[in-house]
Amino acid sequence: MNTLMDVLRNRPGWVEVKDEGEWDFYWCDVSWLRENFDHTYMDDHVRISHFRNHYELTHKNYMVKNLKRFRRQLEREAGKLEAAKCDFFPKTFEMPCEYHLFVEEFRKHPGITWIMKPVARSQGKGIFLFRRLKDIMDWRKDTRSSDDQKDELPVENYVAQRYIENPYLIGGRKFDLRVYVLVTSYLPLRAWLYRDGFTRFSNTRFTLSSIDDQYVHLTNVAVQKTSPDYHPKKGCKWMLQRFRQYLASKHGPQVVEALFSDMDNIFIKSLQSVQKVIISDKHCFELYGYDILIDQDLKPWLLEVNASPSLTASSPEDYELKTCLLEDTLHVVDMEARLTGKEKRVGGFDLMWNDGPVSREEGAPDLPGMGNFVTNTHLGCVNDRKNQLQQLFHSLQTQKKASS
Amino acid sequence: MLQEESDLSLMIAQIVQKLKGSNLYAQLERQAWASLQKPEIRLESLKEDIKEFFKISGWEKKLQNAVYSELNVYPLPSHPAAPPEHLKEPLVYMRKAQGSWEKRILKSLNSMCTELSIPLARKRPVGQQKELLNKWNEMGTDEPDLSLFRPVYAPKDFLEVLINLRNPNYENGDSLSFRTHLGLIQVPLKVKDIPDLKECFIELGLNTGQLGIDDSTQVPPELFENEHVRIGQKVLAEQDSAAAQQYIRQGSPTALRAELWALILNISSQPEDILYYEQLKANVIQHDLLVDSLIYKDVKLTASNDDYYFVFEDYLYQVLLCFSRDTSVLGHFAYNSASPPKSYIRGKLGLEEYAVFYPPNGVIPFHGFSMYVAPLCFLYHEPYKLYQTFREMYVRFFFRLHSISSHPSGIVSLCLLFETLLQTYLPQLFYHLREIGAQPLRISFKWMVRAFSGYLATDQLLLLWDRILGYNSLEILAVLAAAVFAFRAVNLMEVTSLAAAEAVLADLSTLKVMPLLQIFLFATIT
Repeated sequence: MNTLMDVLRNRPGWVEVKDEGEWDFYWCDVSWLRENFDHTYMDDHVRISHFRNHYELTHKNYMVKNLKRFRRQLEREAGKLEAAKCDFFPKTFEMPCEYHLFVEEFRKHPGITWIMKPVARSQGKGIFLFRRLKDIMDWRKDTRSSDDQKDELPVENYVAQRYIENPYLIGGRKFDLRVYVLVTSYLPLRAWLYRDGFTRFSNTRFTLSSIDDQYVHLTNVAVQKTSPDYHPKKGCKWMLQRFRQYLASKHGPQVVEALFSDMDNIFIKSLQSVQKVIISDKHCFELYGYDILIDQDLKPWLLEVNASPSLTASSPEDYELKTCLLEDTLHVVDMEARLTGKEKRVGGFDLMWNDGPVSREEGAPDLPGMGNFVTNTHLGCVNDRKNQLQQLFHSLQTQKKASS
Repeated sequence: MLQEESDLSLMIAQIVQKLKGSNLYAQLERQAWASLQKPEIRLESLKEDIKEFFKISGWEKKLQNAVYSELNVYPLPSHPAAPPEHLKEPLVYMRKAQGSWEKRILKSLNSMCTELSIPLARKRPVGQQKELLNKWNEMGTDEPDLSLFRPVYAPKDFLEVLINLRNPNYENGDSLSFRTHLGLIQVPLKVKDIPDLKECFIELGLNTGQLGIDDSTQVPPELFENEHVRIGQKVLAEQDSAAAQQYIRQGSPTALRAELWALILNISSQPEDILYYEQLKANVIQHDLLVDSLIYKDVKLTASNDDYYFVFEDYLYQVLLCFSRDTSVLGHFAYNSASPPKSYIRGKLGLEEYAVFYPPNGVIPFHGFSMYVAPLCFLYHEPYKLYQTFREMYVRFFFRLHSISSHPSGIVSLCLLFETLLQTYLPQLFYHLREIGAQPLRISFKWMVRAFSGYLATDQLLLLWDRILGYNSLEILAVLAAAVFAFRAVNLMEVTSLAAAEAVLADLSTLKVMPLLQIFLFATIT
């Protein structure tokens, strides 16, 4: 179920090329990027699906650094209240270099649970939970002994992060949200939010007593797939619309609005924090997969940002979502040069940030602080993308005809 | 005039009789006694003062709601001399058919019992009791070996019984005439046609605002939605059951639905109710019933495999296991054509003193039963609330979907209504499907038996069930089934086999229920 190939091959006027020198558009691997980006010449119109140093956002240790620095800057410029809006990332320490800072924090809050995550791996590999320093002292000894030679760089870095012990549960299960954000440029910052996404459920019931059972705590589908309870037919996923409706029937629409607005804040602030660091090449765009965890107080937390969110489909519904997502991504990237650049919505994507906040109202000034400013995001809302695209392209065509 | 009056007084007497045994009566009495302390209550005008007090304090409203609930649930007595069986089911041949169907079910259950050498019921050893109590909130993690169990029956078995139902007093005749019914159901029950339905479902008309239509993204909320929500909040503040039932005919806002349903079903969460649920839970812990395995199997086969309801697996066990122990459910058999199966203590077969109802609530689950509960998990968080709502929904509505009766909301009438609507308003389609061996009822039966649960998207299903509550009738299920066929008529005209017809109608998850109903009832040329 290769969604990417299907979408690219079915796009009218697009041809697949095997020769490396001939392409106009490349959906590349991050490894290819690392090796080739710096010495590849690209014409103005060429597009590639990653930013050169995306890891500033998508590797947990870099992200933490950037966010911390951004927070300090916000505090200086706009005060403590504004800076507190960056507190969506659980306290994280880079290992092993921040080990001592971590121990200080650890001692301040005895008995809480921490999670150790490798910086660059995905799909839940290498993650474990711990409550006692002893657990990581053993681990530290293991890793130290393996790099006795001074010339060898450690194989990978880890981060120790405060584990969120009171996640919001549905049916007794823990879940996280996968949300898609498309960034077409960092300077200026232009970011789009996709309306669809999904809720990934852990297969087993949540309890803090079984720290070693990684099936309980990790909601990645990849990990869940190996759980003995896993039934492939289930898929353990809900579309975000269902999740939004569920919350609305439990807590009412205002609470849900507030939660989703807090999530908008996460997306925007996280992007702003790396805005000045990421090399904003006009050839680059990037589709990020954000992982969000909701706690029992309905506060959203950022778990991580993925530069290469999985595009394999685990079910027909999933296939539908991902193919539409990719189609709309290509519409926004607009190799066919159909858009005017003033659009606020393309298919399932809503323009969330355009060098400043974007208002939902048509023609209203994009100024927050005005009493009725509502951000132009519709996460988990109705996605009538087919109709919208039809109308959009139809009106673009007539505009073109009128002006020619 | 005299007949009406005596009917009315009979009805009042019956309702008073029923309410006298209820919790509400005890509460009212307590309140009345307590009110004597108040200065407004004077001895000279005791009766009026207490009545006034009840009005102001909201207790009169509670009494009104209880009376309204009784009127909705219990059928009016047709004749003072009518025997109790007539309340269950007035037609003899229907009663007989239900009786023999029940015998078959019981036989099937008993033979499974004997085959597997499992007792119908046994007391759990203390160790197991402790284990179950610990696992109460996550029974879904249990993987008992259920391979040898099979559901007692599936909807299609029940359909075969209904197809063979005949009124011995009615001669169909071999010759075909314009009156011949082309469908599977061959009993002469009176069903509504579209003009009748239009009158009955008048609030679904084109000129009335609806949730499910007039709250869509293109419609500005000022036109209907905002006002409708405001009225809903007012209805809830007034705590008026009858008003809520009228209101919900236009659909319930998502945020208000849980409370509105509780108000309409007259469910209050008193400490006694919570205690009752806990008692049922204790019963489950102490005794293991054979039906428990049937429930497990059903949940694992249906709800657990559903993309949307699998999350609520644990709640389903908590509700259904307790439901099967709830003897208060036996009360609904007074107006249900079905009767609870009787079992006898070992060795005492036939002796009435040793007869027990099995399961204790008299309801044997069938394949898909758990889907009645699953959508409710969207609304209610606490198990006892979920439980009460499900129980009320069952004894008011769902039981009619799997018992043979002549009631207009009974499954037989619904099937006949569906087929008649299709034959009358889509005759070409009906004839074509019949010719290719795809009788429409064979496809739509499973939708109606489950009240569309598991077939529609949850938000659409809840809008549909809003109307079931609002109109206190299941007829809308048959109308929706016909509307679905009408919607996909073009594709259906092109199929050439039953399998292909099933494929066209396999996926209903994208359908929008209210527009379909409106178009079918109000926008089709009749």
